[in-house]
Order: sequence, then structure tokens, then C-alpha cells
Amino acid sequence: MFVYTIRRSLIAIPTLLVISLILFLLLDLAPGDPTAQLPLTIPHDVKERIRESLGLGEPIHVRYALWLVQFFVNEPLHLLSELTGWDLADDRQRVISWQSRSPVVDIVMERLPQTLWVVGLSYVIGVLIAIPVGIVSAYRQYSWFDQVGTFVSMVGFSIPTYFTGILLILVFSVQLGWLPSLYDTTLRVTDWQSFLAQLRQMIMPVSVLALYNAAQISRFMRASILDNLNLDYVRTARAKGLHERIVVLVHVLRNSLAPVVTVVALGVPGVFGGAIITEQVFKVNGLGQLLIISIQANDLPMVQTLAFIFAVLIVIFNLVADILYGLLDPRIRYD
Amino acid sequence: MTRAGESYWLDVWRQFKVHKGALASAAFLTGVIVAVAAGPWLWPVDPQFIDVRARNAGMSLEHPLGTDQLGRDTLARVIAGGRTSLAVGVTAMAIALVLGTLVGVLAGYLRRIDGALMRLTDLFLALPLLPLLLVAILLFRDMLRSAFGPEAGIFILIVAVIGITSWMQTARVVRGEVMTIREREFVLAARSIGTSRRRIITRHILPNVMSPVLVSATLGIANAIITESALSFLGLGFPSDFPTWGRLLYDGVDYLQRYPERAMAPGLAISLTVLAVNYLGDGLRDALDPRIRTR
Repeated sequence: MFVYTIRRSLIAIPTLLVISLILFLLLDLAPGDPTAQLPLTIPHDVKERIRESLGLGEPIHVRYALWLVQFFVNEPLHLLSELTGWDLADDRQRVISWQSRSPVVDIVMERLPQTLWVVGLSYVIGVLIAIPVGIVSAYRQYSWFDQVGTFVSMVGFSIPTYFTGILLILVFSVQLGWLPSLYDTTLRVTDWQSFLAQLRQMIMPVSVLALYNAAQISRFMRASILDNLNLDYVRTARAKGLHERIVVLVHVLRNSLAPVVTVVALGVPGVFGGAIITEQVFKVNGLGQLLIISIQANDLPMVQTLAFIFAVLIVIFNLVADILYGLLDPRIRYD
Repeated sequence: MTRAGESYWLDVWRQFKVHKGALASAAFLTGVIVAVAAGPWLWPVDPQFIDVRARNAGMSLEHPLGTDQLGRDTLARVIAGGRTSLAVGVTAMAIALVLGTLVGVLAGYLRRIDGALMRLTDLFLALPLLPLLLVAILLFRDMLRSAFGPEAGIFILIVAVIGITSWMQTARVVRGEVMTIREREFVLAARSIGTSRRRIITRHILPNVMSPVLVSATLGIANAIITESALSFLGLGFPSDFPTWGRLLYDGVDYLQRYPERAMAPGLAISLTVLAVNYLGDGLRDALDPRIRTR
């Protein structure tokens, strides 16, 4: 298992490097120029110096190497010095946003909690709904519960999240006026009243994403339980006279959770990507909204960093899924 | 289970009919396609016509879904938007399908390049697609707009980026199928009488991978429609004078409080179409795959 984990982790490094190179080259083709918005009265040679100060004068391989050092060495050191209070980073050069002129990673860290709260919570709720629904649907296959579950999950992943979001806003904010349609990030939870306000503004974005996630995961859960229900060990367990609840909830569930756990792990980065849209609908100022405004402002370092962070998430959770699968099911370790 | 004298497709149709949801979806989709294709004849109002005196009108006989803030008829715009959305869906799906089948067949049949092609597929699966789509649109929008005009340029761009980023699932499925078919006796027989490699692929392998390809084609259309409307919804798709369902929804959100039907009509159109396409895919999978056909 140890060798398997190490080998799997080592494969992730070249993948990440290739992805970072693709992102870098793609953005280098960009026709956008950060000095395009400056007044025309600035002389040409001054403009040229501004470009150089933004690091645009160097040839491409130098800039790529510089970016790698900035992203993988300088930024972690800065983060570490902030966390520990030691001065590890001195004044190593950081990735600077063209739009706000402050370090990209600082802005990302500012935005991260909002995304994590909304997206993370919705994913957890989605999984918590999906697992029992999947179990009951499979155990009572073709019952009315299963039929309804199949229909709801089909609807759940067919309706795009931006439409479910708008539908909820229309019903609960516009018609009934129960919930706020905008997510207020300046809200600080200090007492019971502000906690309730926070809860109320989170209900809609969280339930939109939770429905979408639950729809997909419950299908996997159902299929996985169905695969196991007719196997010999289930018959043996029943023949031993075990209580039906123990057969299903202990023997079958444990075996059918393995593929579901990997699906859940694989889905995490996709949820971050999908949250871009939900954040836009409810005006949550998280990472997704940051990406959209950076794209509109042509802020390439920010776009590059965010896209790369999304890629890192995908690679890491692929790794987590593989390792978990290996842990849960020893048959597929290949070592 | 094929009855004597019955063709394969007749048998598939008989199986397909059992799935009531899929059958209803097929009928609904046909209706949508006809309505969208024959729209200008069924509802002869120009979606671009600006009638300032009738702006922000509610639902009436003259304007069944009302008009927008410039006085353009919403029904005509939804019909016109459906044309673009469906055209984007079908074209992007076709691109993804051709790429995916090509990669899948090559990887499954030619062992030498299998490893490389599958690494490429894995790499594409590890790319953050939505951010990348947004970035690609940001980068190439102006270039293509000046080359092909504002509408054709953005159409080409959106179709191309969706197609290039959604072929991976098809490639994986096709590769798996090709690998099992390659070892079957009829392929061996074909090879033993000296059939060329290209002919084995086109004549013996491709027809046998048609059913998974057909299923992933329907799911591909749903995916492409959702992606296009997501891009338009984020304001990075089609321009607003060139309506698509996603763009209409995006424009309608600003007036959600006073004119909810403006966002509801395109939103329902997207959701119902995608739902129907997914049901169709589900029914096709059941009908085409003999292994799950025991019901």
C-alpha cells in the first residue's frame, strides 16, 4: 500500500507541471495587454518600462520558470511566515494581481472561506441525503420510492444550477420574501440574531448545490448496492439468521461504499467548478466570482493562479480517490 | 431475443417503446425541434424588431410571453434562441463525438499508441474545464470576431471549445468496446483473409461501437446545451442582440422581480430540453445494450 501511494503521488507531479505549462502558454497567447487601459498621453518608452516592471519583457521560458518559482517556492514561504510569524520569505517576489496590485494569493485566501462554507456544506449535505436515498432505492428496487427517487435525481442533474437558483430566488425571495436573495459576506456571526441571518442567507445556495450533488451520488449509491445485493456473501449472511438490518447496513453497505467514496472524492473539484455559477447567481464573493471578475478585467496573473488552483484540486482529489480505493479494496492495488 | 425475420433496428425500437419516459421525451424533443425549425413561419415576428411603444408589455394575445425592455417579442426571441442553443448543442456534440471516436478507436485498436492517447485523455480530464472555457473565450473572442464577424465568430469559438473539452468520456467508452471486439472471432476471420487494417476498423469495428457512441451522443448534446447556456449566463457567451436560451435567462434575471416570465421561459426551455435528452439517452442505453435488456 505504501509503495502504491508513493507511486501514485509521483505520477501527479508531471501531470501538474504539464497542466501549468498549458495554462501558461494559453495565457501567453492572450492578446490582452495590461497597459492598454493607461492613458494615451504616456510616452512610448515609459509604457515599455511599465511593461518590464510587470515582468513582460523577458522571453517565455524565463517567465515560466520565474512563475514556477514564485508559485511553488515564494508563495508557500509567504504563507508559512504569515502563519508562524517567523520571517522566512524576506522579500521574495510574489505573484501580483494586475487589477488590485496586491499579491494574488492574499486575495484568494480572503475569498476561500466563503466558497468553502457554501460549497463544502452543500457537498456534505448532498452526500448525507444521497446515501440513505440510494440504499432505500436499491433495497426496494422499482418501488414507488425508487421511481420517485429516479425521477427526482434525473430532474436534479438535468436542471442547470443557475435555473434552480433563480427559481428558488423567485419563490422564496420575490414571492414569499422569506430569504434574502443576495449573500452578504460582510455579515459577522456574533450573536444568535446574526447567526440566524447567516443561516437564512446560506439556505438557498447550499440547497441548490446539495440537490445537484445528491442527484448524482444517490444514483451511484443505488447502483453499487444493487451490484452487491445478489452476491453470495449476502445469502450466507441471511442464511446465518442475521437480522435484515445488519445484513444491509453492515455487510452490504460496507462493501458498496468503496466505489461511492471514490466518486465522492472525484466530485469535489467539479463542485468547486460548478460553484462558479451558483456563486454568480447568489452573488457570493468566493473564488468563482473572483475568477469571473478577473476574466472580465483581463487580470491574467489572477486568472492563471485560479485556474491552476482548480487544476491542483482535480489532481489532488484524483490522487485521494485512487488511494482511498486502494485502501478500501485491496484487490486493485497492483503491487 | 430478436424475432425471426426482424431487423436489428426494429428490435431496438420495440425495446425502446417499453421505456415510457424515453418515448415521451422523444416526442417532446421532436416537438421542440419542429417548433424551433419552423418558428419563423409559426410565429412570424422578427425577434430583433424593436417596438419602443410596446416595451415591458405583459402577457397578451399580441405578445404571448410579453416583450423585453426594448419592446422585442419574448416568444420570438425564445424561438430564435432555441435555434442557436440546439445548433450549438448538436455541432459541439458532433465535434466531441468525432474526436472521441477517433481517439477511442485508435487507442483500442493500435496498442502502440494506446498508452500515449490514454495519458492525453487523463490529462484532459484533469483540466479545470469551466475556468478553461472561460479563459479560452476571453483570449480568442476578439480574434475570431474580427475574422468571421461577431455572430459566426462566437459560434465557432463556443462550439470548438465545448467540442474540444468534452470528447474524453466517449473516447474511454469506445476504447473499451474496441478492445473487446478486436479479440472476437469475426475480426480474426477478417484479418486471416487479409483485410487491411483500415477496412477492419471501418467495416467491422465501427458498426459495432455505434450503440455506445449513440448513447454518448445524446448525453453530449445535453452537456453542450448546458455548457453553452452557462457561458452565456456568466455573460461570456453570445452577445445580447443574438439570443440564446442562456443569454435570455441572463438578461431576464435583472427583471426577475417584475417580469418573472422573462427568465422562466428560457430557463424552462433549457431544463425541459436537457431533461428530455437525458431521458432519451437512458432509454436508448436500455434498448441498445442487450445485456440489460432482460426486462
